[in-house]
Amino acid sequence: MNLPIVSDRQKTEVATLSDRDEIVRLENVSVRYRVPSERIGTFKEYIIRRLQRKIRHQSFLALKDVYLSVRKGEVFGIIGNNGAGKSTLLKLVARVLHPTEGRVWVKGRVAPLLEFGAGFHPELTGRENVFLNGALLGFTHKQMEEKFDRIVDFAELWDFIDAPLRTYSSGMWARLGFAVATDVEPDVLIVDEVLAVGDESFQRKSAARMQEFRDKGVSILLVSHNMQVIKSMCRRAAWLDHGEIKFLGQSSEAIKAYRQDQKG
Amino acid sequence: MLNKAERVPIYDSRRQGSVALDELREIFRYRDLVVQIVRRDILTRYKRSVLGVAWTMLNPLGTMLVLSIAFSKAFGSTPGYAAFVLSGLIAWTFFAQTTNAAISHLVWGGGLLKRIYVPRTVFALSAVGTGLVNVVLSILPLLIVMVATGLPVKLPIFLLPLPVLFLAMFSLGTGLVISAIAVFYTDVAEMYQIVLTAWMYLTPIIYPESILPEAYRVWIARLNPMYHLVRLFRMPVYDGILPGISEILIAGGLSLGVLIIGWMVFTRKADEFAYRI
Repeated sequence: MNLPIVSDRQKTEVATLSDRDEIVRLENVSVRYRVPSERIGTFKEYIIRRLQRKIRHQSFLALKDVYLSVRKGEVFGIIGNNGAGKSTLLKLVARVLHPTEGRVWVKGRVAPLLEFGAGFHPELTGRENVFLNGALLGFTHKQMEEKFDRIVDFAELWDFIDAPLRTYSSGMWARLGFAVATDVEPDVLIVDEVLAVGDESFQRKSAARMQEFRDKGVSILLVSHNMQVIKSMCRRAAWLDHGEIKFLGQSSEAIKAYRQDQKG
Repeated sequence: MLNKAERVPIYDSRRQGSVALDELREIFRYRDLVVQIVRRDILTRYKRSVLGVAWTMLNPLGTMLVLSIAFSKAFGSTPGYAAFVLSGLIAWTFFAQTTNAAISHLVWGGGLLKRIYVPRTVFALSAVGTGLVNVVLSILPLLIVMVATGLPVKLPIFLLPLPVLFLAMFSLGTGLVISAIAVFYTDVAEMYQIVLTAWMYLTPIIYPESILPEAYRVWIARLNPMYHLVRLFRMPVYDGILPGISEILIAGGLSLGVLIIGWMVFTRKADEFAYRI
């Protein structure tokens, strides 16, 4: 089958972008996970194997030579099968993973939308958790004091803000986490919809917040299996397959190419 | 809405210059996170217990009581043996707890590292922060025990922050190295417990160094940095004397060296953590 491979034309398109507008750039990025043929989890085992010269590694390329550039205010979609490297790509931009080869360049504050509530502690009060969570996202205490009222307003939790989190219902917990995570005013928002959980109203709320961000001019990297969402939110999209960008361009074109491949 | 005065941070994976210095810059940016984690650790540890933070003081006191009863005959010639043991235990517990917390925070708290970026040294640093709070809290019981056993509290006690600072630097450096290795090999955490136990008995904590044969003492002094740090810690409190310049330089030099090595080893390996945790 004839696949539309990332062409040189697209690479030049990327290269001619004015630097001022560029906000995320991945230059020939590869990520190699080194998987030992057998899992060696302990030091003792490692020493024994080392002496027996029995350590073998298989390397597995999660991303191969990926070139990508996202402009300010752009909503960029990433599609592909499970295991194609979509989440790995997001982790590179979020600075969680370091590329094995190539270069990742990000200008501005990156915020992952769906990691709200990460680091919440049940014994601490809502108020204490807001400040802890804010610090995890890189804010100073002073910055969080500024945001605090707005966050509690949005979560509608003024009555419970000084109660320990273990007394919260799961819905209240999620509301508070969501309010903190979306008050960060990022330059780049990372959304991994594949991991999205929660009821329908919650998903609707998060979609609304995402649109709000888009209207504010925040760049969004969106991973989704929902082609409808990709088509309506993104102008451009990339189709990832086995760690390679198979198509990069108009989102409708990317979806078409991806679907064609799925059928064949 | 965006605060324009704030400098736009730029992340470049192919950074120029040293990762150790980069981490220093990053941890300064995230300094409030260190404070928040220390707060969390202290607030949550005793939140549902009746005695609360008092446990921090009662813990070494209990050990001291047991040891005093067990060894008061053997080491009866040591004046104020209870205060001697307690002062040694405070220094040792700080080191042991801090390094252990650095491991468990990084290895078990690592789920966080896979999801959002935080400077990796934040875990070891907050472990030291929590340890420092505990040390401050256990100074009061130490003073009470000294008075109760008839030892005078003298002016050099105001020099105590210096040995505590050295202990913190040494513990941070050690914690960074051990936790970096523990990310790759999980049983290092277990092995470290055995090492800690042996290490404690090779440090004059529960016995006075005068019972050591001279040859042993010389080797322990040569090979065991904790020997110098515990000694320096006891001088202004238990001994009530000002430490000499050479003692300060040895302990300070060792601590700074271990801290620098630990920081460099850890930051050099930090980019691989997310692949391993």
